[in-house]
Amino acid sequence: MDLRKTEEKIFKGIMICSTCCILAILLIILITILVKGLPAMRWSMITQVPKGGFYLGREGGILNAILGSLVLAGGATLMTCMISLPIVLYLNVYVRKRTWITQITRFSLDVLWGIPSIVYGAFGFTLMLYLGLRASLLGGLIAMCFLILPIMSRAMDEVVKMMPAELLEASYALGATQFETALKVVARQALPGILTAVLIAFGRGIGDAASVIFTAGFTDHIPTSLFRPVATLPLAIFFQLGTPFPEVQERAYASALILTAIIFIVCIVSRLLTRRFTRNVIR
Amino acid sequence: MSFKPHIRVENLNVYYGKEQALKNITVNIPDRKITAIIGPSGCGKSTLLKSFNRLLDPVDHVRISGRVFVDQEDIYDSKVDVTRIRKKMGLLSQRPYPLPMSIYDNVAYGPRLHGIRNKKTLNEIVERNLKISSIWNEVKDRLNTPASRLSIGQQQRLCLARGLAVEPEIILGDEPTSALDPKSSQRIEQRFIELKSEYTIVLVTHILRQAKRLADYVLFMYLGELVEHGSAEEIFSNPKQEMTKEYIGGTFS
Ligand SMILES: Nc1ncnc2c1ncn2[C@@H]1O[C@H](COP(=O)(O)OP(=O)(O)OP(=O)(O)O)[C@@H](O)[C@H]1O
Ligand SMILES: [Mg+2]
Repeated sequence: MDLRKTEEKIFKGIMICSTCCILAILLIILITILVKGLPAMRWSMITQVPKGGFYLGREGGILNAILGSLVLAGGATLMTCMISLPIVLYLNVYVRKRTWITQITRFSLDVLWGIPSIVYGAFGFTLMLYLGLRASLLGGLIAMCFLILPIMSRAMDEVVKMMPAELLEASYALGATQFETALKVVARQALPGILTAVLIAFGRGIGDAASVIFTAGFTDHIPTSLFRPVATLPLAIFFQLGTPFPEVQERAYASALILTAIIFIVCIVSRLLTRRFTRNVIR
Repeated sequence: MSFKPHIRVENLNVYYGKEQALKNITVNIPDRKITAIIGPSGCGKSTLLKSFNRLLDPVDHVRISGRVFVDQEDIYDSKVDVTRIRKKMGLLSQRPYPLPMSIYDNVAYGPRLHGIRNKKTLNEIVERNLKISSIWNEVKDRLNTPASRLSIGQQQRLCLARGLAVEPEIILGDEPTSALDPKSSQRIEQRFIELKSEYTIVLVTHILRQAKRLADYVLFMYLGELVEHGSAEEIFSNPKQEMTKEYIGGTFS
């Protein structure tokens, strides 16, 4: 057989292997949490807050952490959107040219992306001390914002950057201002990518423990105030795994299952939503 | 040939970084005539066209010197309102780019920006301009479907309608028929001839025969320089420059 065919075969093999690896990893994780978590799964897990002695194996659930995580990650995602969108539109519609502003901003975002989340937690904590805040929903929101801001901005930036210049020109040529173009053309054309960026950021936020451990604290109550501590799923998992009781450890896996299910549902719902908004996108 | 100029270009130089794309261009574009810009690929035709409605502003590392007057107004003056200048011109780009919205919204986009909100007025504007661009019959039953689903030729005509809907004075076409089949391009050409009584039209074209069919006035460019300009008759039957002769004779392209 000639060399080029072999080459083709080898590369195809490598690609298929890599793809299989990803699927296998996902599958193994899913199976682990399913096998270990399902036995401990019951309604009370998602409908009740922890009763006294929950971490010793008594009754209760993790409604506090479910609601806490949703409020925290949802809120942080929303807040981050309000910062990311202007950044991205500024870089790609207003400046657009490669100037030192765009280069420095992109570079900073890349660096921020690589910083471990515990550092954001520590930084957030310092900031809170300075502001006189205690561990609270607000503190958690701030720290998580720091964490997901570079992720969301950079992911959005990459899609908006791909926008053909001619599309902007078409809008300008009709007498649109940059603001009108950003809002009516760019945001629309890039919507699928923007939503993906939002999703990635949300997923990262809801799954992160280190940024909220000092800043949001933990509580057995459902979140009611910005200034009270709030529970989160990753920390709930952490605390339950840390107990010496097997039945409580099983609940940790059940909690992980719930976290995965939340991410799953959010992904599917947003995919369905995107499909409705993308019919107008120019390819 | 003496005429009333609509656009006046004076000593226009355009640089992309270090490369000079337009070299000291000075020319008048006649009012309510069809002006064709011809010349080999890369000679700066699109650049010249874009300089007329300041679409060069957002380009990377671009430097512009010289002046362009539209209706006696220096459009590169720092006090000028760019959107008002652009509203005066409808642009047909080399490749049609419909906006990411429905057919109806594409045409209504410009008028809405400029403050027309009345549903009935908008309907009229959309219908009239789609008819002028001879695409009305093909799309009248699916005005609310995405413009991206139209064929390239239909998109080209939609873009013409979209440009006309802001009631410009000038139509700038960058090879507006390059993506079209012979029949559609014939239709568009026909439109241009009809539109010329009301609009100043500037067309970039690679097709010499098209320039001959349409143009009243011709600009021949080569490597960023304006080699020769004059009435179509002069340029096509009796060019003064050797280079123009060769290009028109087809010795080089
Ligand atoms: N955005 C840009 N950045 C850098 N150089 C550019 C840019 N646009 C055009 N140029 C250069 O400027 C010169 C003129 O380009 P222009 O697009 O005006 O040519 P053209 O006459 O329209 O060519 P064609 O007939 O192929 O469309 C070319 O050498 C081109 O490489
Ligand atoms: Mg061109």
